[in-house]
Amino acid sequence: MDGIQRTNVSTPVIGNSRARARLKDCDTFPKVLIANARDFAGRPASREKDLGIWQTWTWAQVLDETKRLAAGLSALGATRGDKIAIVGDNRPRLYWTMCAAQALGCTPVPVYQDAVAAEMGFVIDNAGARFAIAEDQEQVDKLLQIKDAHPGLETIVYEDGRGMRHYTQPFLLSFEKVQEMGRDLLARDPGFFEREVAGGKGSDVAVMLYTSGTTGQPKGVVLSHANVLVTALNSIELENLTENEETLAYLPMAWVGDHIFSLGQAYVAGFCVGCPESGATVMTDLRELGPTYFFAPPRIWENILTTVMIRMEDAGWIKRWLFRKFMAHAKRIGPALLDKKPVGLVDRLLYWLGDLLIYAPLRNTLGFSRIRLAYTAGEAIGPDIFDFYRSLGVNVKQLYGMTEAAVFICIQPDGQVKPDTVGPPAPEVEVKIAESGEVLFKSPGVFLAYYKNDKATAETKTDDGWVKTGDAGFFGADGHLRIIDRAKDVGKLADGSLFAPKYLENKLKFFPHIKEAVAFGAGRDYAAAFINIDLAAVGNWAERRGIVYGGYAELAAHPEVYKLIRDCIEQVNRDLSTESTLTGSQIKRFLVLHKELDADDGELTRTRKVRRGFVESRYQSLVEALFSDARRAHVETEVVFEDGRKGRLQADLAIAEADRYPHQPLKKAS
Amino acid sequence: MTASGRKIGGTLLKVDNISLSFGGVRALNDVSFDIKAHEIRAIIGPNGAGKSSMLNVINGFYHPQQGTITFKDIARTDIGPYDAASRGIARTFQNIALFRGMSTLDNIMTGRLLKMKRNLFWQALYFGPARREEMEHRAVVERIIDFLEIQSIRKVPVGRLPYGLQKRVELGRALAMEPDLLLLDEPMAGMNVEEKEDMCRFILDVNDEFGTTIALIEHDMGVVMDISDRVVVLDYGRKIADGTPDEVRGNQAVIDAYLGVSH
Repeated sequence: MDGIQRTNVSTPVIGNSRARARLKDCDTFPKVLIANARDFAGRPASREKDLGIWQTWTWAQVLDETKRLAAGLSALGATRGDKIAIVGDNRPRLYWTMCAAQALGCTPVPVYQDAVAAEMGFVIDNAGARFAIAEDQEQVDKLLQIKDAHPGLETIVYEDGRGMRHYTQPFLLSFEKVQEMGRDLLARDPGFFEREVAGGKGSDVAVMLYTSGTTGQPKGVVLSHANVLVTALNSIELENLTENEETLAYLPMAWVGDHIFSLGQAYVAGFCVGCPESGATVMTDLRELGPTYFFAPPRIWENILTTVMIRMEDAGWIKRWLFRKFMAHAKRIGPALLDKKPVGLVDRLLYWLGDLLIYAPLRNTLGFSRIRLAYTAGEAIGPDIFDFYRSLGVNVKQLYGMTEAAVFICIQPDGQVKPDTVGPPAPEVEVKIAESGEVLFKSPGVFLAYYKNDKATAETKTDDGWVKTGDAGFFGADGHLRIIDRAKDVGKLADGSLFAPKYLENKLKFFPHIKEAVAFGAGRDYAAAFINIDLAAVGNWAERRGIVYGGYAELAAHPEVYKLIRDCIEQVNRDLSTESTLTGSQIKRFLVLHKELDADDGELTRTRKVRRGFVESRYQSLVEALFSDARRAHVETEVVFEDGRKGRLQADLAIAEADRYPHQPLKKAS
Repeated sequence: MTASGRKIGGTLLKVDNISLSFGGVRALNDVSFDIKAHEIRAIIGPNGAGKSSMLNVINGFYHPQQGTITFKDIARTDIGPYDAASRGIARTFQNIALFRGMSTLDNIMTGRLLKMKRNLFWQALYFGPARREEMEHRAVVERIIDFLEIQSIRKVPVGRLPYGLQKRVELGRALAMEPDLLLLDEPMAGMNVEEKEDMCRFILDVNDEFGTTIALIEHDMGVVMDISDRVVVLDYGRKIADGTPDEVRGNQAVIDAYLGVSH
């Protein structure tokens, strides 16, 4: 066959579990909702903290709300095939809107809520949305800004009426008003909803999710009901998720992960999805809700750990001592216990004591007391971070997925969890590695197409049904997939040795003091890097040492901080010197950037991944300085403030050198 | 920037010929002006002009030697802060006066104190009517927390909060009294641009959504001219100008007071 190195097919799931039997007649999500209202009528479906108190809606109530909403949208003129944009933070009503749209045969198009007006305009225009459901005044204002340029957008519905009293535009309606219109329609035609739902089928479009656009403009990934439904069913069976789970939906609704976890899986398993009070209260809400199932990208796991460590450093010496001793023990024993491996009696007893004194209280503080299953994905996670949670008894696992697959490509099964792999293929998924090293997959979740972009669809989907992920990776002897980098980013240094920038950056980012790193070196004589310090961690470190600083830029430029970062880089270099293929890409020169890389400046994507090409061209003068003998470099850039105004920022940055080490193969562990 | 929906009503508060001295120092000298219901009224002036003294007179902190204050059609010369508060005047302070060790929630809850009917004994028992009453007050406080967007600091001791947020909590506590007249003493002092913009928005929203009449002292002329309906200008304890922001801006006496001319 054409360049297949290895194909790894997991056993297909034998469908006869409870969820599958329960939903055997349901091929769309509105049908699943009706089944849930029948099977789980009195069980919680949505929660939201409002005015300090958790409000709960049962599945029967959600069906009722969704019915009125769907009827209301229909009364406004929404018909089969229309696109309905959904803009806002995670709110139960916005999730109901998705299902209400699907019931009418419309396609919900969630939009990243922190997108600026122009980005939002692109999606609205590309999708051809006739309706937009917005969370609040902030989102409505953005939509009003772009409405004139996109006359296709006819009606805007807002969920939160605060500050909207003086908006008199006739095309602006409150959520309540729409539901009222729906109630009237249902009073005249009680069978309306069921009839509309019956008209839908599994091959219909369920949702359009715009990829965050690491390269170029976002593309609308079109997923069918079957895509999402089958993937969700397979995954809840694999992980044994039931209606008793509780989750917290706090990641953007426009992101495929949230769509699958908070809607796909929640509907098929019938579990409850909580929505935080606001973006700033997520940690508090997490503790109050105590989810049993939780997803977080590595960035968040890392933030939580950093907070714990900073607070521990401020604790009294007895607590610090206890924490250190017991965490060391947990690190040794915890993961083995979680994997159900044999552990000695003394170690077990000590772990039990540690659980009593440290682990359980800590889990409780973090809101992880009830967690059965947690995922991390999207980026590589630091082994220290990963081990920390697993040693505490939090079952964090890695998965590998993408929008084009309706998430799941690989999942680590219980008992086979490792920090440096993403696991074997998920149920019903086939994965192969192309000659170029690129990972390809086939699954029931494979997207229908990129919306209005046949060229991109043809480039991504091969004729025989494989999808190119754009990631480079390989299978280990254990059958687990390992991802190294974006396939197109893997390059070579001038002497021909391998250069995988992401790999270097990840190693650097595993240090708590480094928030972001950008490595350069393709076609050059050596590797070099930009560093972004983590203000919280380095600020705390500086305070402890009595280093005075006035702000981010001043702290970043401090010679002591440069020394701190150099130590980190040299440690990475020592690590790299043990790996034969990557020993050449040890970092020689680096600088600490005077500002944080920011999505508003286009340096990061909305999912906070570095746009390497953009950063390289924006900071051209700095990159050139890294590959010269210069000791300092000057840079001037345009920055965008949070309110959209622009300003210029200039700085004079020092460039430092780090030691590199000769190649030293690791001795085999005995 | 004045909101279109709100209607400025009749006179809510009127001060007539107020004079206040501390020993030989004349803080206020024969000052008269009025505040109409639902308006935002700014009191400005150079340092030591008597702005804070004026506010202190209005809410009964200082007792003027001369003059009358008419609030809701009842004239008086002398009133204690407690009476002023129970009649519907709330205020914030130039130097934040919160309970630093208490949480945001508890601080705002203290603003409900005057509205609580049960005595200490019942509250300590926390049973039956006292409990129901506390829950009602808590609901009001939660609406304020939501309004000011401070949910994330609900349980944080205010001493640990940055300055801008403390100011916001103080505004919350004043709002908890559901006042008819809200006195703000330099609500934006010491804030950065973003915090100022936030505060301006909250002041306008309070005025717009609850119809609360607001009298504020502020140094930032941009803010004053932007958000207030009428401005009164004091200098050395005397009123030197009174009118809309535009009128005041062009007034020669005001320009002299701010730029300084030899007296």
